[in-house]
Amino acid sequence: MSRILEELKYTKTHEWVKIDGDIATVGITDFAQEQLSDIVYVDLGSIGKHVKQGDAFGTIEAVKAVSDLYAPVSGEIIAVNEDLRTSPDLVNKEPYEKGWMVKIKISDVEELKNLLDAKGYEELIGNSSH
Amino acid sequence: MLQRTPFYDKHLANQGRMVEFAGYEMPLQFEGIIAEHNRVRTTVGVFDVSHMGRIKVFGKDRFAFVNRVTTNDVAALQLFQAQYSVFCYPDGGIVDDLVVYNLPDCILLVVNGANNQKDTEWLLANKFGDVTIENKTKEIAQLAVQGPKAEMVLQKITDINLSPIKFYWAAEAKVAGVSMLISRTGYTGEDGFELYLDARYASSVWDAIFDAGKDFAIAPIGLGARDTLRLEMKYCLYGNDIDKTTNPLEAGLGFVTKLDKKEGFIGCEALKIIKEKGLSRKLVGFEMIGNAIPRPHYEIFKDSEKIGFVTSGTLSPSLKKGIGLGYVKTDFSSVGQELQINIRGTNAPAIVVKTPFYKQGTRK
Repeated sequence: MSRILEELKYTKTHEWVKIDGDIATVGITDFAQEQLSDIVYVDLGSIGKHVKQGDAFGTIEAVKAVSDLYAPVSGEIIAVNEDLRTSPDLVNKEPYEKGWMVKIKISDVEELKNLLDAKGYEELIGNSSH
Repeated sequence: MLQRTPFYDKHLANQGRMVEFAGYEMPLQFEGIIAEHNRVRTTVGVFDVSHMGRIKVFGKDRFAFVNRVTTNDVAALQLFQAQYSVFCYPDGGIVDDLVVYNLPDCILLVVNGANNQKDTEWLLANKFGDVTIENKTKEIAQLAVQGPKAEMVLQKITDINLSPIKFYWAAEAKVAGVSMLISRTGYTGEDGFELYLDARYASSVWDAIFDAGKDFAIAPIGLGARDTLRLEMKYCLYGNDIDKTTNPLEAGLGFVTKLDKKEGFIGCEALKIIKEKGLSRKLVGFEMIGNAIPRPHYEIFKDSEKIGFVTSGTLSPSLKKGIGLGYVKTDFSSVGQELQINIRGTNAPAIVVKTPFYKQGTRK
């Protein structure tokens, strides 16, 4: 059964978001890392880049397949997790902790309404059957 | 309705992540693709390959028949010898690739699971003389025990000496008390065996192999690692690297395509013409320079010219870099050729390399 943290927000594309003032820390969910498995390379773009909610701005390469990373909120990327360059497997091991990916300075707090809460995300992935 | 192999319960007990493959529910992975890959390269792992098709050809004309429908030379096969081979259409396109076994009472053809029905129909359509074709996929279970420790594990529970069995040879033996065909074959580049047994004994044989292998950290291996292992060896995968639009010569399978075979074979005349004209493209192995990972269908460029496409690609767990196979125009197929792989709009540098990519395999 995939881990879902109560205090986080989620997207339908399996990113999680931790809101801290106007800063959103973003990663992919436990469910997403399980599905991808063996993450070997992440490309997160660069600091200073402006992203729009729903845009693909990064890629996650697993042994088996590649998938896009979508921006859960609009804003400016103010930090990327440099540890993932050398240890992309942190995303598999600690998706909500050391496997975080980017921090975005939120430009429109109204967009947070579009995110799922833990219960909504749990329904999305049908966790009861996992 | 998806089918299940006789080892389905074992996969669930081992927490395999099950996916649809070739009409079967098969394990994609257990502990993880990289860990499973490394286990086979260093110790031993067990693959359920019962989803593959097993077709027996009986009758006194079976040698002439199989020689006619396969590209390799069946006349060269001694009793209990196996050979890799290809079925071709009359135009030289590939129906399937397979392993042919010469057994005492029949010839056994082991084909890709996804092509099992197509192949059986194709064999029946081309049948001649005193030949009977029986699809035995359901009755026979198939396991691959692969890795440098495979022989040590199996020897503990086998009633014949395994060491004299050479690569691509087979024997009849009792393994865990069950009579079966055992061959030194595989799809990994490591030493190892494939076992063909009565499906009714699948569960007890599986248990005995895992019991014999526990000192060697034996574990089940899923389809994910099967793909990375075969790709490091440049073994072709039907549906990716070969299909009806490709021919064995451009796929680098000339070594099993005996154009000078006296009796010829289906597709022989077309392939002779293709060879005479010269190949327009070739399947090459390439390594990425940098972090990028190639995937099937990515386009291959030389500067601004599109010269081909990727058929298989992955991160190589052994080499720790992106590797791939692809068809490129013959002019760009030499080892050392610099190429670019178009990875979602960006051209990433790559170089054609000598294959297999992984050269330390224990295959005998």
